[in-house]
Amino acid sequence: MPELKYVDGYPEYMRESIEVVNRTRGKRKDFVPDAMTAEEREEVLKVHPDYAPGGKRELALGPNAGDPVPGPVADLLEAYPLIDGKEIDLARADLEVDVMVVGGGLAGTAAALCAHDSGVAKDKILLVNKLRHGDCNSIMAEGGTQAADRPFDSPDRHFLDTIGGGHYANKPDVLRALVEDAPTIMHWLEELGAVFDKEDNGDYVENWGGGTTARRMHSCRDYTGLEEFRVLRDEFRARGIPKLEHSPAIELTTDGSGRVTGAVLYNLETGEYRVVGSKVVILATGGFGRLHIRGFPTTNHYGATADGLVLASRAGAKLRDADTVQYHPTGAAYPVQIVGFLLTEKLRGAGAQPVNREGEAFVFPLEPRDVEASSLIRECYVRDNGITTPSGLRGVWLDTPLIDVKNGAGYIDRQFPAMKRMYARFDIDMRKDPVLVFPTLHYQNGGVETDPDGRTNVEGLWVAGEVSGGVHGKNRLMGNSTLDTMVFGRRAGISAAQAVASAGAGERTFQHVTSYVRTLEEAGVATDRRAPMLLPEYRGKAALARMIDVL
Amino acid sequence: MGNQTGMMERISESTRSLTTGVDTKDVEHWVMIYIMGRGYRVPADLTIMTAMEFAGYRLIRSCGCRQGFCGACATIFRREGEYKLESALACQTRVEDGMSLVQIPFSPADAASYDIASEAYAYSVFSKHYPEVARCVSCNTCTKACPQDLEVMDYVQSAIKGDFGGLTEQSFDCIQCGLCAIRCPAEIVQYNVAQLGRRMYGRYGSPEPAHLKARIAEIEEGKFDEALDRLAGASTEELEKLYAASERESDG
Ligand SMILES: Cc1cc2nc3c(=O)[nH]c(=O)nc-3n(C[C@H](O)[C@H](O)[C@H](O)COP(=O)(O)OP(=O)(O)OC[C@H]3O[C@@H](n4cnc5c(N)ncnc54)[C@H](O)[C@@H]3O)c2cc1C
Ligand code: SF4
Ligand code: SF4
Ligand code: FES
Repeated sequence: MPELKYVDGYPEYMRESIEVVNRTRGKRKDFVPDAMTAEEREEVLKVHPDYAPGGKRELALGPNAGDPVPGPVADLLEAYPLIDGKEIDLARADLEVDVMVVGGGLAGTAAALCAHDSGVAKDKILLVNKLRHGDCNSIMAEGGTQAADRPFDSPDRHFLDTIGGGHYANKPDVLRALVEDAPTIMHWLEELGAVFDKEDNGDYVENWGGGTTARRMHSCRDYTGLEEFRVLRDEFRARGIPKLEHSPAIELTTDGSGRVTGAVLYNLETGEYRVVGSKVVILATGGFGRLHIRGFPTTNHYGATADGLVLASRAGAKLRDADTVQYHPTGAAYPVQIVGFLLTEKLRGAGAQPVNREGEAFVFPLEPRDVEASSLIRECYVRDNGITTPSGLRGVWLDTPLIDVKNGAGYIDRQFPAMKRMYARFDIDMRKDPVLVFPTLHYQNGGVETDPDGRTNVEGLWVAGEVSGGVHGKNRLMGNSTLDTMVFGRRAGISAAQAVASAGAGERTFQHVTSYVRTLEEAGVATDRRAPMLLPEYRGKAALARMIDVL
Repeated sequence: MGNQTGMMERISESTRSLTTGVDTKDVEHWVMIYIMGRGYRVPADLTIMTAMEFAGYRLIRSCGCRQGFCGACATIFRREGEYKLESALACQTRVEDGMSLVQIPFSPADAASYDIASEAYAYSVFSKHYPEVARCVSCNTCTKACPQDLEVMDYVQSAIKGDFGGLTEQSFDCIQCGLCAIRCPAEIVQYNVAQLGRRMYGRYGSPEPAHLKARIAEIEEGKFDEALDRLAGASTEELEKLYAASERESDG
């Protein structure tokens, strides 16, 4: 291929279409396509990766036998453990605590803080993390956090928006907890010193999100998760609560009659294991973007590999809505270095429009995510109105300059520093030119089922955050997830602390693992797959082909 | 609507090298980079992070969000023929021919212990917890090192002046990568100073809105209980009707 000529970050051939978009902007300024009817939504959802044929299979075993889940998830739920327990002395604990939190995103960090607030001594808490405390999806949340706190708005409106967006599959009792606790979570963050965007009169700046009927999105520029998370992490550090990093949990232990009693950790750097006994375990391991379901790139952090689903379901926990996956409508499609990275929905909330090759606005910009994503896929692959990049991806434009047209010059500078910076690093000025987008794998809608306190059907096991399922039904709305992590992280921390008061330490065994392996064999699952995955494999194929293990 | 299975395959084919690791046969343009001194030939359109993976490194440190938000991937590099050390985020920086690099996965800095609820909202909070901040010699090295292009020296100066609002504004986009602190001749840990300052501003300088407090009180009084009871008990058909009838707030 000859070298392409680039002008302001884009190859010349893409510029032609950009000029069309730039020319048609004035016309589109006051034109927004109508929102879809229920029938139109149903029609376009046929091209959604969840509903397009293929890609799923029914689980052969476990608490959810018979339920369809995405193939890569089934591969992990039907896989042999990393260790069988024979090589490990489970009876000897390296550490015994009251509350072990597995996974230190917003959910896990909130859980640890609230367990501490509820009376568990700090040295009886342990937070373990696969990577650093901070390598997580939480820190990347850009757009915002929902909370119905304006007079026009109400918790019941928040409830209805969420359950409608979730295709009515949401679990009502947990959803109710979500909307009722939301303002309290904002209050908690304020007390801890998080800095949210505010109007001159001190009220919150609140924005639209896809599928909301009121402005309800609280943001911190486009670094909302960064601000929320670093404040919680700083509080965690300031209190001196113990943590272990680069030490993923690779299996839970149970007492032989079903209760969770601890976990086995693995030091990623030295290869040692550690056994931790804990009266209760709060699993907050986040989502599964790195499984690249249906071959999509992802917005998720490096460690988003569904470990929590594997560990919990082996211990007998029930999953729900694990068949649906959220593809964010606007992932970067160009340049290749940032493909799949997130372009926050807040951009559309502020007026950016998806536009096709011909400069036409073809969809209401703030449909619920599954509908919006489907309509982008349809525009590119069914109607053939997309733009193809030099590396062979298709996408449509997100007309970002429209934001400043609508809100005044300087708005992008103030409200979207992260987005602007990301593009500037690749010579693109998103204030002047549109950016190319295509859906990207974003969020695990379903997960481990819980009650409103984060308790699972397995004794001794709580879950919180993206690893859980129920609150978002079959499709999550923007801003409900950071909220979910803190609402249920907090509730899990409080309720686990209460349980600790009356619980003794239990025996640690791998009986659940042994019996799981037996079921695998009985179900005739012939495989050498092993799980949890811990990290995805991105090493170059040539390098991998020559690797030998001699030391 | 066409052959959707085929469509999904076409999509996944177009991103294969991004989701499964790069296959050499797809690559047309190459560059040489030097990872801790050792040369590797890597595809020209990779980032430092994906180039290291291409070369065979399985990253455990120096890789978190992969998207410019977590600060795990701080990297120091030098261009061929230049004396200057540059800093960058490995996940956000394209490789260049002749680049010589090392990653700094960790900076051995202590964070202070404090209870934000009982600190004084004044400069003294910095002198109490990070007294070294007064030693800033205004050399601007930190600003040059910041991969977020923040005016780091300016925010340190704001801290010294007790200007919490200015510090918050100037340091807000800090991802705590540690590169400024590693290079500071006065051993100031800028990002920790900023973290403390922003929290102080959040708590004392930017008060909680009245409408939030009012809403919490309403919830506690049970104002929404009836509506929520009804929704939580409603059938899907009822919910569908309510959802379709729900009016959007006017944009004005
Ligand atoms: C780019 C991006 C933007 C987003 N924007 C928004 C937004 O604007 N608003 C919103 O509401 N939501 C948003 N979300 C979603 C939201 O941020 C996440 O769903 C949420 O923060 C998840 O929090 P968590 O604590 O459950 O998981 P995470 O934050 O992912 O934390 C999980 C942690 O567990 C660790 N872990 C995993 N496995 C193990 C193991 N085996 N042992 C030990 N530790 C383990 C992980 O390494 C990680 O540190 C966004 C997500 C992404 C990726
Ligand atoms: S201020 Fe320091 S820690 Fe923060 S992003 Fe810049 S260099 Fe990194
Ligand atoms: S590098 Fe250190 S001494 Fe120099 S300006 Fe920055 S904070 Fe001050
Ligand atoms: S990996 Fe998080 S900033 Fe680069």
